[in-house]
Parts: sequence; structure tokens; C-alpha cells
Amino acid sequence: MLLIHCPYCEEERSELEFRHGGDAHIARPTNIADISDEEFEAFFFLRDNPKGLIFERWRHVHGCGRFFNAARDTVSDKFFASYKAGEPKPDIPGVSPATEKTVETYEATEGTAK
Amino acid sequence: MSGANRIAGQGRLTPARTARFSFDGKSYEALEGDTVASALIANGVHLVGRSFKYHRPRGIVSAGPEEPNALIDVARDAARRQPNVRATVQEVFDGMKATSQNRWPSLSFDVGGFNNLLSPFFAAGFYYKTFMWPKAAWEKVYEPFIRRAAGLGTAPTEDDPDHYANRYATCDVLVVGAGVAGLSAALSAAATGARVILCDEQPEVGGALHYDRSVTVDGKDGFAWAQAAAAGLAAMENVTVLTRTTAFGYYNHNFVGLVERVTDHVARPDKKAPRERLWQVRAKRVILATGAIERHMVFGNNDRPGIMLASAARTYLNHFGVAVGKKVAVYTANDSAYEAAFDLKRAGVQIAAIVDSRAKPGDAVLNEARSHGIEVLTGHSVIDTKGHRRVSSIVVCRNGGGGKRTIAVDALLTSAGWTPSVHLFSQSRGKVAYNAETGQFLPGTYAQDCLSIGACNGTGSLQATIEEALAAGELMARATGNEGGAKVQLQAENAFEWTGGMAGAAEGAGADTNVKAFIDFQNDVCAKDIRLAVREGMHSIEHIKRFTTNGMATDQGKLSNLHGLAIAAETLGREIPKVGLTTFRAPYTPVTFGTIINHSRGDLFDPARKTPMHAWEEAHGAIFEDVGNWKRAWYYPRAGETMHEAVDRECKTVREVAGVFDASTLGKIEVVGPDAAEFLNLMYTNAWDTLKPGRCRYGIMLREDGFVYDDGVVGRIAEDRFHVTTTTGGAPRVMNHMEDYLQTEFPHLKVWLTSTTEQWAVIAVQGPKAREIIAPLVEGIDVSNEAFPHMSVREGRICGVPTRLFRMSFTGEAGYEVNVPADYGQAVWEAIWARAEALGACAYGTEAMHVLRAEKGYIIVGQDTDGTVTPFDAGLAWAVSKKKSDFVGIRGLKRPDLVKEGRKQLVGLKTKDPKVVLEEGAQIVADPNQPMPMKMIGHVTSAYWSENCGQSIAFALVEGGQTRMGQTLYVPMPDRTIAVEVTDMVFIDKEGVRLNG
Repeated sequence: MLLIHCPYCEEERSELEFRHGGDAHIARPTNIADISDEEFEAFFFLRDNPKGLIFERWRHVHGCGRFFNAARDTVSDKFFASYKAGEPKPDIPGVSPATEKTVETYEATEGTAK
Repeated sequence: MSGANRIAGQGRLTPARTARFSFDGKSYEALEGDTVASALIANGVHLVGRSFKYHRPRGIVSAGPEEPNALIDVARDAARRQPNVRATVQEVFDGMKATSQNRWPSLSFDVGGFNNLLSPFFAAGFYYKTFMWPKAAWEKVYEPFIRRAAGLGTAPTEDDPDHYANRYATCDVLVVGAGVAGLSAALSAAATGARVILCDEQPEVGGALHYDRSVTVDGKDGFAWAQAAAAGLAAMENVTVLTRTTAFGYYNHNFVGLVERVTDHVARPDKKAPRERLWQVRAKRVILATGAIERHMVFGNNDRPGIMLASAARTYLNHFGVAVGKKVAVYTANDSAYEAAFDLKRAGVQIAAIVDSRAKPGDAVLNEARSHGIEVLTGHSVIDTKGHRRVSSIVVCRNGGGGKRTIAVDALLTSAGWTPSVHLFSQSRGKVAYNAETGQFLPGTYAQDCLSIGACNGTGSLQATIEEALAAGELMARATGNEGGAKVQLQAENAFEWTGGMAGAAEGAGADTNVKAFIDFQNDVCAKDIRLAVREGMHSIEHIKRFTTNGMATDQGKLSNLHGLAIAAETLGREIPKVGLTTFRAPYTPVTFGTIINHSRGDLFDPARKTPMHAWEEAHGAIFEDVGNWKRAWYYPRAGETMHEAVDRECKTVREVAGVFDASTLGKIEVVGPDAAEFLNLMYTNAWDTLKPGRCRYGIMLREDGFVYDDGVVGRIAEDRFHVTTTTGGAPRVMNHMEDYLQTEFPHLKVWLTSTTEQWAVIAVQGPKAREIIAPLVEGIDVSNEAFPHMSVREGRICGVPTRLFRMSFTGEAGYEVNVPADYGQAVWEAIWARAEALGACAYGTEAMHVLRAEKGYIIVGQDTDGTVTPFDAGLAWAVSKKKSDFVGIRGLKRPDLVKEGRKQLVGLKTKDPKVVLEEGAQIVADPNQPMPMKMIGHVTSAYWSENCGQSIAFALVEGGQTRMGQTLYVPMPDRTIAVEVTDMVFIDKEGVRLNG
């Protein structure tokens, strides 16, 4: 069970108190009624699902009730930072967003076995 | 004497304190502190079970949680019975009934043993290959056979009468394992003032000190030192010592699950005590001192009762005072097994021989063996054993060939070396690293704030272990900010340093395909099975595991995994680390469902929500239905009435007189603030700024993708205050949805949201006499039609208490929804009911409510819509504002697929035979004579008998439904095809005269 820092309560609390809210920093276009199909697709449907650093939304639903953002490693589940909604993405020293696009398959990892 | 094999003067149990238990119906005497295994061996019982696949006779292999064979069923009574208990960890209590498993009719004569003769047909992957054809045989022959044969033990059928406790705990340092390493680490951590939890799975601390009698710490006997150290720790305010407590899972962010067995060892447990207690521990730092598990040797017929681990024999002798045999041989690749021979010899047991597969054992043990006069056969292997229900002899041969020699024995102790218990480390997502020198997988890269110490870290010598542990305890405690305390120092000595060890098949496993050299006893996996798996193309260790089932039993391969891996590596011609370990998963040992479920049983698992009027409804004979967690009055049958008769009567009475309905479960959200109207404009498709205070409007809420999410009537109480209602099931998610947008997309709006679902009791009064029923009870509100028209809301008083009175309808009749503070709900209901009853009205339930709303064409979101329905599909285009420049879903509604021709649309259906009621969910086709599979063009979403219409009515989602008015469609059912006519959705009072009456 994760231990999550709520930037409003300024405390680490158990995952039981929180609900995950998907990717962060995806702003709803202010002119949403006028955007193209492609723009709507990018806004609403397309997500990266990175291996490594992700910025994501959480809600302290059984606590203060506030939405906030966090930077987490999707592999280790380590949290690098949590910050209030509306604040910019923090720099995470030494961690860059994942760029790797390879897929782990048997052929890729064990393929040399005879 | 508690068993013929108990040796006077040996062990730590008290001879005078006895307990009686039964095994397979026969009564035995044990000593307090015995495990079932030690008591059975003391009484000369080695045959305790049958193997899973071949039903081979099996004995006790270990003295700990790694036991693969001795799985028994332990009972206090019929309900307090647990299968698959390891006899090596279950403590005996007076009156215990233990039984063996996986045999019929009896343990010594088992019909299933026939499988052993058929074993050539039961090779690895047997199920996958044999049960392939004919296909038709799967359902009737193969699957029932496999299901009957599969599974160990039988679960009790009664409810579990015990209760289980749960505790959350935090600490600075959690130390798992209280052997020499764990105790030392806990001592040095505790000395700093850190809050320490020390847990150990055994009844007493000490770990390996249970069997290693040669250890002294600070000049004291090791085991006695351990007990004193634990007592000293337990007396400290900052330390919690938990025995009989297994750390079974290591989860994210140093969250560790422990299970404490509270009463399973007690003859007459305190009724108030929980059977087990779950500890959910969040530790700032974790120290793993989980020790190592001895591996058995892999050779032909290495599974006969009486063949066990060398360290287990030492535990039985040195702790329980029990000799595992009278004439014992040792087969080893490792020095540690020699000490078993020395201890037994000193206790007067005859040692037939020590067979060492190594040419050069450690000098120290070799010399000691010679001084005891024990014959040591170096460079030899045991290649076979004899004996049916107990080993009677072993066949020994020089490595590489030569003459065979048979040695009579009644027990054989084996040791291939020690496997560090890296289970918890690995569960913490740490990466193990292979140490080629010792042949061990050891903690490599750490993923969490923990440290491994002692045997589980591959640390060999006793003093090195202690120094590592003391340093780790202090380091981890200081890391959590504890600065106090003096340094702890300990001096320890033991008899021998150990060398050696091997993994995989020994000489005696043979290269041939019919030698049964077991690596996984519980799942009957032999060395040859691993080789077969590789030959058949399994190259990944995960595939080999699943093909052979190696390591998949309740012991999770504690003995077998490394052997299996080594054999696979050898067969593949690759190095062990290149083949890799299978994943360690929680739990470390099986955890009872009771502990995990804990308090979440019955009413606490799924709490019932009851409305303020629930007691009245119950008293008036309501039958309830579950709607989410709510208990809702479904219908109120009178004496002798069926459900349909009751519902028909309720529906007729509402339209002819009036009805009273409990609508308290409706979700309610108070939306307040200067920007409340603007906020609702964004959340709903409708326009809210044009709604006057005192009026109501039906609103549709969409998701961003354009699909209907919820609906409900919203009343404007004041310029800056709205009373929003949601569907019964949708209340929490609508609240979350609104909060999400308010906080993250529209934070500039000054709006406050409050859930008021449980604050208001809601009494719907519907029908021609509704006004007559409530009018005399209402104060301060003019309820005349002119002053208070349909879709209005007023604040005032009813029966002397505050009310928000809504003029609205979900039946199509003129009606009111009386909102009063929940605590007044039943009193106001009773006052309304008194008048309603006198005027000939009835109470009606949710079933009548469903029929009445369907007669009028009102949809239910979630029944008539399914998350793929737009307001246009649902015939609600009128509710979507064309003037607004933004609302949630405005763009989604324009997606190509959502504006396409031919979408499924909600329509009404009338059956051609008016008496036939459709089934909800039934599929609809245009042409019933087309070949199968037919093209399905929609489905029925709601269907009822309407007594008021005198015929069956239904709603359906049908492709291009709104263009099919008057068409005949067909609903194919298993026994007939039902013809239906497409109609609009309003079946009664199309003009809406009754609403405004």
C-alpha cells in the first residue's frame, strides 16, 4: 500500500485515503466546442502510459477532499514529489521522462536461448 | 513417556506437562510445546500423508514452515477445522483432532496409490497433452475428473465461528525474524530509543538456536540467551515483540503484513480472544533477518518416510528431545549435516554412515566424525532407497560407478546446502544477485528502505552475523532520527564453520527417465520432469515452472526452486543466473481467509443503508430490494397477494387516487455560491441561469465523451443556491465528477458543493388526491395549482418541521416530493400516511414506481442507458441547450460516431399480443427468418405489464429507432419469437394533462 504525501494536509497518509485520477497537466481546452476531431482525440483519448516518470492526479478523497498532482515512478512506485493542483510540473533532478518505446517480449529477453 | 522415541534428558520441553491429541482417530500423548510433527515422530509415526499426484507414502521432511509433505487437517470441532496445516508448525493442544489428507480409504492403504504404478503416463505436462482430445470429452469426462483429483484437503462447510482482529501499526524499525541476527539488530536499534517491532513466526524466539546447541552468546547457552534478550526487549517501552507472528507480505513503501496466531495453540481459548490478528505495519525502516532454509538431496526414491532434512533432525532432538530413528544415516554435500550426526550420536543414536558426495569435506567436521567413530564415505552418493511406509535401507555407490552397497537404516538425513530466504526482500521488489562462490541468490539491489542481515544475506559465520546485525540495527534506527543509547556488543561462539553445498540433481538422480528423484515433494516433480520440460521446448524458468508445476504447491518451492533451476540450467547448458529465478509472491506462507477478510464479514462487508422510514415500511409488510447498498421498499403485498397483484394494485391506486413513496435514496447535492448557476451550466446540458428561484428543471449530465452520465431534477432555492438531485446509484460519482471539474478545470468559480443525500428524507405523494393529502399539513406555502405549478419548489413547514416542498412528478400524475430533515422523516411520513390511507391512497414501492414512470416515458439512467447513449439517442434533445458555448460533453457530442445515422435510439415497444411481457435484455431482430447468426439491431431495456394500459409496455434501444415508428420487429426467445411494434415512449396521458392537474 502506497504512502502518499498530500500537499494540502502536508502529511503522508495511506493509499486507502486517496483515489487515483489519471494523468495530470491535461488542461481542458477553453474553446473545447470548437476544436477539431484530432485535437479532441489528443485531449480526451490519448495517453502515454510511460514506463518510469509520470505526472498524475490524486484526490485525498477520504481526507481533505482536494485534488493534487504527484510525480511517481511507474516501475518502483516511488513518489518524487506531490504538489497542489494548478502548480507547474516540478523538475525532478536526475529523472527524465521515459522515452523508451520497446516492448518486453520473450523474443527480446530470452531470444538467444537454444 | 510421551512417545517411545523421546530421549530422557534431551530437549527443552517439560516431561510432566502432557497433552493428548488424536491423529487419524488414534490417540497419542504429546508434551506441551510439541508440534504435531515432533509428537508424531516421538510416537514412531513417520507416515503422515500421501503425495498429490502419485499418492506415494510421505513423511515429515522438515521442522518448519517449508514443510512440503506433512499437511494435515486440524480440528477443534466441525466448524473449527482447517485443512492443509503444516504439522511442523502446528503446536499440539489438548483435545486436538488431526487427520491426514489425500488418501482413501486410509493412510496406510490408499487406492489412489494406483497412480504411482501409472506414473509413466503422468509425466510433466500430462494434463496439457492427455486431455486434448476428443474435444467433446472435456466437459463430461476430463474436467470433472481433474476437478475431483485436484486440490488438497477439504474446507469445512460450516461458517467460521471465530473472529479475527486487525491492527494498524507504525514503527521506526521493523525486524523480521528473531534468530541471532534479528535479536541482535533489535537490541541495537532499541538501544537508540527507536520504536521497534520484532516478529518471529515460531512460538519462541531463537531461529537456528532451536537446533544448534553448540552456540553460546556472551558465555550463555544460545537459546537461553535468546529468550532472555527477547524478554528484555519486550520489557522496553519502545519495543513490541511478537511471536507466532509471520511477516507474510512486503508491499509498497515499507508496508508489511504480519499475521499473529493468537489461539491456535491453546486448548481452551478465551472466547473474546481473536483466533488470529492481522498487523498492517508501516515501518520507516525494515530489517530482514529471515534466515535460510536447508535443501534436501535429489536422488532416486528420496521421498520415503524417514528421510528428512539434517537440521530438522537436530531440531527434533535438541529442542523436542525426540530421536528421528534408531539407526540413522546422513547424505550430504555440506558440512552442516555432520553436526546432526554428532548430536544424535551423543544422544545414543546409532549412526550407520555419513555419505558425502564431495571428495573433500571440511577438515573440522571430518576429524570430529572420525573421533566419534562414524564411518564417512566421501565421494559417494545414495542412489536409491528401500522401504514402503518407512525407509528401511539405502543403496550407496561411489561417484562415477563401482559396487553398490546396501545399508540398513530407519532414517536418512540429507542436506544439499542452505537457501537464503530472500522471499520478503524479493517481494519488496529488490533484485537478487547470484553468488557463484556459494551458489546462493542473495539480496543485490534494494528497492525500499530495508536491509538484509545474517543467513538471508549469505553471511556465514556467527560472529560476522552478530556484528552485521548490530551495525544494521543501529544504522537503521539512526536513519529514523533516533540518537540515544549506548552501543550494544555481543560475543558469540559455535562449534563449526560450514563449507560446501550443491544445487540440482545428485549422482543418484540418474540421467534416465524413470528414476523418481523428487525435487518438489508436494507436487511430485522429479528431476526428470524438469529435463523433459526443457526437451519439449520450455526455456524460460517461468514456463518450466508452469509446465512441471515445480514450486507451485502450498510451500511455494521453498525446498525445490533452486534445485529445479539448477537442473534446468544444466539441461539448457546455461549458467544459473542466466536462467533466473521465478518471482517470489506474497504470502510467504498460507494465510487464512479469516485473517484477510477480518471484520469485513456479513453486515460489515456490505453495510445496508436504510432510509428514515425503513422501520415503518418493514412494519407495513414491505418486501425490500437492494439498490446499491440501499434497502428500498419494492412493493407492499396484502394478505394473499402475489407480487404482480400487489404492483398492479399499487399502480392503479396511484393513478386513480394517490400513492405515497419513499424517495429518500435519491442523491442530493447542495450547490451554493455566487457562481452556482454558471457552474451548473457547465455541468449539465441545460441552461440554468434562466431558471427562476422557486422553479425546477430536469437536467442531463454528460461525460466529456458526450454520453449520458446522470440525470435529475434541480430546484433553484435562491439566486445562489440549487438543490440538485441525482440517481440513487449515481450520487457519489456525480459528487466526485462535480468536485473534479470545480477543483481542477473551473477553480475560478465561487461554488461550494455539499452532499446532502442522507440529510433529507423524501416522501413522494403522487396522484389526483396528492394535494388533498398534503394541503392541511403544510404551513407557509400556497399549494394551489396557480401559486405552486408543476416543477416548482418552496420552502416552508410541514407538520411543524422545515420542508423543501417540490411540485414534481416521476409518475405523470400531479405530485409532490416532501423533503424534510432526515430525523423527522418517519414522523412526517406517518402524518401523511394517516391522511393518505383515509382518502384511499396506498403506499407504493420501487416496482410500481418503475412501471408508472415507464407508462409516462421517463427513462432511468443506467437501465435505459448504458454509458454509450447520448441525449439525442435517448430522445432528450430538448434538454440540450443550443445556445451555450460550453458544457461538459459539448465537444464529445459532435464526435463523428455520435452524429452518425443509424445509432441505437430509445423507443417504445408494444407486443402484438398485449398479454406477453418481454424480457429485459432480450435482443431484437428485423427479420426473424434470416439465417443464424442473426443481425441483432437492439435490445429491450425496460419491460413491464401495465395494468393502467391493460397491456405490456417496453423500452428498447434500436438502430435508427426513431425512424422505425410503426414497424414490426421481432424478439427471438428460446421457445418462440415475439412480434413487437415500435412506438413512441409515452403510453399514457401524452398531452400531460394529469401532471398539471
